[in-house]
Amino acid sequence: MRIFGLSIKVIKTLLTTQYAYMLEYRIEIALWALSGVLPFIMFSLWSQNDVGNSFGLNDIGLARYFLSAFLVRQFSVVWVVFSFEEDSLSGRLSPYLLQPLHPLFRYVASHLAEQATRLPFAIAIAITFFILNPSSFWLPSIPQLFLAYLSTHFAFTIAFLLQSLVAALCFWTEKSSALERLIFVPYLFLSGLLVPLSAFPSNVLKVAMLTPFPYLINFPAKILSGMPVDIFNGFLAQILWISILVPSVNILWKLGVKRYTAMGA
Amino acid sequence: MQRYFKTIRLFWSTAFASQLEYQLNFLIELLAMLGTLLGSVFILSLFFTGGRQLGDWTWESALVIQGVYTFLDGLTNALLRPNLTEIVNYVREGTLDYVLLKPIDSQFWLSVKKFSFAGLPEIILGLLIVFWAAIQSGSSFSIYSLFVFIISLLIGFIILYSVWFLIAASSIWFVKTWNATEVLRALLAAGRYPISAYPVVLRFIFTLVLPVAFLTTFPAEAILGELKFNILFFGLILSSLFFIFSRLFWKFALKHYTSASS
Repeated sequence: MRIFGLSIKVIKTLLTTQYAYMLEYRIEIALWALSGVLPFIMFSLWSQNDVGNSFGLNDIGLARYFLSAFLVRQFSVVWVVFSFEEDSLSGRLSPYLLQPLHPLFRYVASHLAEQATRLPFAIAIAITFFILNPSSFWLPSIPQLFLAYLSTHFAFTIAFLLQSLVAALCFWTEKSSALERLIFVPYLFLSGLLVPLSAFPSNVLKVAMLTPFPYLINFPAKILSGMPVDIFNGFLAQILWISILVPSVNILWKLGVKRYTAMGA
Repeated sequence: MQRYFKTIRLFWSTAFASQLEYQLNFLIELLAMLGTLLGSVFILSLFFTGGRQLGDWTWESALVIQGVYTFLDGLTNALLRPNLTEIVNYVREGTLDYVLLKPIDSQFWLSVKKFSFAGLPEIILGLLIVFWAAIQSGSSFSIYSLFVFIISLLIGFIILYSVWFLIAASSIWFVKTWNATEVLRALLAAGRYPISAYPVVLRFIFTLVLPVAFLTTFPAEAILGELKFNILFFGLILSSLFFIFSRLFWKFALKHYTSASS
């Protein structure tokens, strides 16, 4: 049996080696997890200033939404462009390109392994949050949890593909990580990390929904926190974005590899 | 003293020459900055829907805070980030040896070696927003309020620099500190909003533990002519303590430096 053209054995090896590698950096990963505190800062602002009511959320609803946003972000965060740029500039990419394995799969494996390492820290932060805000405690139902899990994975896939698109530009320019900022800025404001999208004025909301960003945080977080959400259309949009991005990354990558100059080799 | 000014001039003119190579970068930074500003003003506006106020700050006066934040963010991008994130690399590659051997203060060398000109538009725009929004909110400038504003910005910058430098200096022990700076950046983002908008516990933390209030809220109060003198005085003491501590910490860290290459 093969998944994405990879045999089970290759997948297993990739994941276990990357997991072992990530376990070495537990403190770093704990710090990474902590650096996602932004939703909590925003939560304290929204609830302190009683703004939630104007977009139909009481304090408990806000707390659940932002904790969910934090968790979704933890498991959909992507840094492939930075690893790729480093590997590309230092010439480490050359041996990867010679292997009968698409280099992007190596990065996918390292992201998944990192998520597994991150899990205990994320749970610890969630528990701390519940201790500080006991009234917001809730346990999502099994179907809810499953759908949230699935949509978070799709969110990760979209984010990964978007960044891979930028990473492939490394073949043309040396500093493609600077370009990543141009994705990160709209992501920050339109994904729902700072505020649930239902707070947006309707014309801004319409524009935002045309971009992939709301499906990266807002949609999975709404499922997880049990807010009313159009599940069918949400998943449809996620799958649509994935099916647009996969061929785009593929094409750009193929064009790029032809220009590869093996810097540092 | 003159030697230090001459060194800065040489450093920054070479930095300028080398950055001319990456003009596209400049354009990208400019776009990212405008996008960030637009986005944060938009999010800020959501707090004011339905005639509400944000922790007894009006819309115009809250914009002054955004301006101060933008200004400091520009300084961070121009000066702090390019220099202080390099320290890790000097430690890892052992090239810190060469810096230490130079006949100039090593903390000075490490802090001003580079200057990223892409941060300059942000610095200027930040100041423009501060003055525009301050006029909009009906503040009448006096020599005194401008003077207090400059002093409080200086206080904010020194605190910001010291915290960044402390984290960067800890790379002597922990070679990877990139993540720690990310945590810091995430927390500093709290400075986009007035300190009185936060719950009491966070207000306390952001004033005394990680003094975000001194970075944005107090300078904004200064230009609006509302800053109390005792806070300014306290800020002077606090920023001096932070700076002295960063220097002592660096001296202490160097004693533990083992040099990676030799």
